[in-house]
Amino acid sequence: MIAPLFYIFAGLAIVAALSVVLQRTPVYSALSLILVLCSLAVIYLLLGAQFLAVIQVIVYAGAIMVLFVFVIMLLNARQESPTDHSLFARRLGLPLLAVFLAEVIFVVVGHFSGTVFAAGATFDGGPGAVGGLLFRNYVLPFEVTSILILVAVMGAVVLAKKQL
Amino acid sequence: MVPVSHVLALSVILFGLGAAGFIVRRNIITIFMCIELMLNAVNLAFIAFSRYLGDPDGQIFVFFVIVVAAAEAAMGLAIIIAVQRNRQTLSIDDLDSMKL
Amino acid sequence: MGTTFFQRADYVAITPEVVLALFGLGILLIDFLIEEKRDKYLNAVTALIGLAMAFVQLLRFWRGTLLPMPYSGFGGTLVLDSFAIYFQSLIVVATAVVVLISAKYLEIEEAHFGEYYALLLFSAVGMMFMASGRDLIVLFIALELMALCEYVLTGFLRGDRRSNEAAMKFFLLGAFSSGLLLYGMSLLYGLSGSTNLAVIAERLADRPAGDPLSWMAMTTLLAGLFFKVAAVPFHQWTPDAYEGAPTSITAFISVAPKAASFAILLRILMAGLWPMREDWKLLTIGVAVATMTLGNLAAITQTNIKRFFGYSTISHVGYLLLGLIAAADGNPEGLTAIAIYLLVYTFMNLGAFAVIIMMRRQNLIGDEIDDLSGLMTRAPGLAILMLIFLLSLAGIPPTAGFIGKYFIFLSLIQTQHYVLAVVAVLYAVVALYYYFRIVVAMFMKNPLDSVPLATSTGLSVALGVTLTLTLVVGVYPQPFILFAREAVRPFFSF
Repeated sequence: MIAPLFYIFAGLAIVAALSVVLQRTPVYSALSLILVLCSLAVIYLLLGAQFLAVIQVIVYAGAIMVLFVFVIMLLNARQESPTDHSLFARRLGLPLLAVFLAEVIFVVVGHFSGTVFAAGATFDGGPGAVGGLLFRNYVLPFEVTSILILVAVMGAVVLAKKQL
Repeated sequence: MVPVSHVLALSVILFGLGAAGFIVRRNIITIFMCIELMLNAVNLAFIAFSRYLGDPDGQIFVFFVIVVAAAEAAMGLAIIIAVQRNRQTLSIDDLDSMKL
Repeated sequence: MGTTFFQRADYVAITPEVVLALFGLGILLIDFLIEEKRDKYLNAVTALIGLAMAFVQLLRFWRGTLLPMPYSGFGGTLVLDSFAIYFQSLIVVATAVVVLISAKYLEIEEAHFGEYYALLLFSAVGMMFMASGRDLIVLFIALELMALCEYVLTGFLRGDRRSNEAAMKFFLLGAFSSGLLLYGMSLLYGLSGSTNLAVIAERLADRPAGDPLSWMAMTTLLAGLFFKVAAVPFHQWTPDAYEGAPTSITAFISVAPKAASFAILLRILMAGLWPMREDWKLLTIGVAVATMTLGNLAAITQTNIKRFFGYSTISHVGYLLLGLIAAADGNPEGLTAIAIYLLVYTFMNLGAFAVIIMMRRQNLIGDEIDDLSGLMTRAPGLAILMLIFLLSLAGIPPTAGFIGKYFIFLSLIQTQHYVLAVVAVLYAVVALYYYFRIVVAMFMKNPLDSVPLATSTGLSVALGVTLTLTLVVGVYPQPFILFAREAVRPFFSF
């Protein structure tokens, strides 16, 4: 893995993720999220997951985020106004989250510190290899996915259409 | 060479930012985008582990997570449209017709 | 990789799910052709036929005539053992009862669409794979399939503000919990190198005791799973989703997804995280006590009956988790207790909801506890039925609810958790108090209105089935106990 590229895009991802969370206008959040997704796609590529990197850009940053931006435009979502409704959630939730994250970083990152990735790809993450696995070892979840997507389509129609 | 721990640290940071946004943000669409951020953090962890272990299962898992994320996005945005139609609001604080 | 990855028997093993999926698709097509509103009942009938066929197939599996038991298929991602078949049958029967109580209600709500039944069947498919999956990927996809169907069904009354709101909250919290669950799964994958539960168990056994990384993976995973079963502190979605959802769906999500979520919880804990049982036992003790406390105390003050049942469900989840604690000590009776408790809980809760759903009449929402006032003078038969279901929910002999609670207490005592057993018994007394609030309303108060109740053939059948099972399991539990013992045997046969 080319180290400088990783650090550049990791930094970009963190800055963009901060922007997702801190922006008050939803459309800015959405655009920042697209930036996160694309930076992650580069990192996937560096980690040897070529197929997923492509899917990440086409499906995630492409299709899914277009849906988000479309709905933001459709509903004319403006800047959110600050409220004090959720003070309790913030005062309790954020410290709890901070403790949890500190713990995860301490344990997980600590456990793997010093370990480096083996040189050279040990698994080819191209479409051929991924497809082979998908249709052999994981054919069952793959088929269940078809029902899942049908349900999503039906659900979207049932919930959002004016007249059934 | 990048150590495994740095990739995992990035994953934890993104997950944490997503979770923090879930708690702090009031606009439903933004909250939903924060959940997407969390899912991406998980995907990064899976791919990092997959590379570290030299095992392809992690990448397959990511494939399925992306599919589920797409399905969830369609569904979630449909629910958001239904809510907006009935209440003309996108703020989570206005969803308060049911109380203890 | 020249070996065969799946064979004919693999497809036989998933026939019940395939049948349900096909019937779901069929309903979508038939619904398109139905013009007359009253003919919409055909959808319900179609759904029932599909469920009956799936159930017959499950019975054949149980007898072991079709496949050798336990059968592991699709490269080990699926396992069909007595545990899976027991829970799948429970899910199929519960879904069938929900179909029976739905038709009339949907007609009154003017939401009698074929999609409703199709979604119920698809959700049943997801839940059945939750019971039989042995791979994290299969379990995750199945869980999401169930969850997506639940979100749509919760928001099915599109014009209703409460229904939208419930769907929204349910969806956001559900998606958040999926994120947590996935994070736990990724850590588990990272430390074991596999998504197969059997392999995970082997690798976990090799790790040193008190390993922080496995502990972290377990905690995150359990947080996600506790969300799905509505255990404290991850229960907040329950009351809102229960109150806002269509009543028939409240009945549904209080039983079938609960059984499926417990199936997945038991499968992951017993088959995957068994080497870490001491760790998850401690966590479960805390969560179970908190869940019982909150569920029982919050139920006391509720005025909305659906919300009331939300908290009542939470308290039952607390009891169910107690069985897990006994199981962690290697006592099979703990799991038997969970299996039998879920069975009786399914039927007594559905029975109670079959009565509640009749309160929804034209121009009358009827979801307050006061709406049940004076039921004794208006419909004595129904009042008696409701009394039986409530007694069962409170755990009074000779109803089925007593058998469920009895086995939980027994397993706790056998594993020397005396304090927990005492706490559980004390909360059962509290439960008695709040269930009797409804009884008092039914028998002591005067009716608020004189609009006749919304009865139908389907509802009568549903009441008949649930009543029979509630009484039979209570009076003659022996065969059901044997079924439950057989169901949990796969986890203790090593």
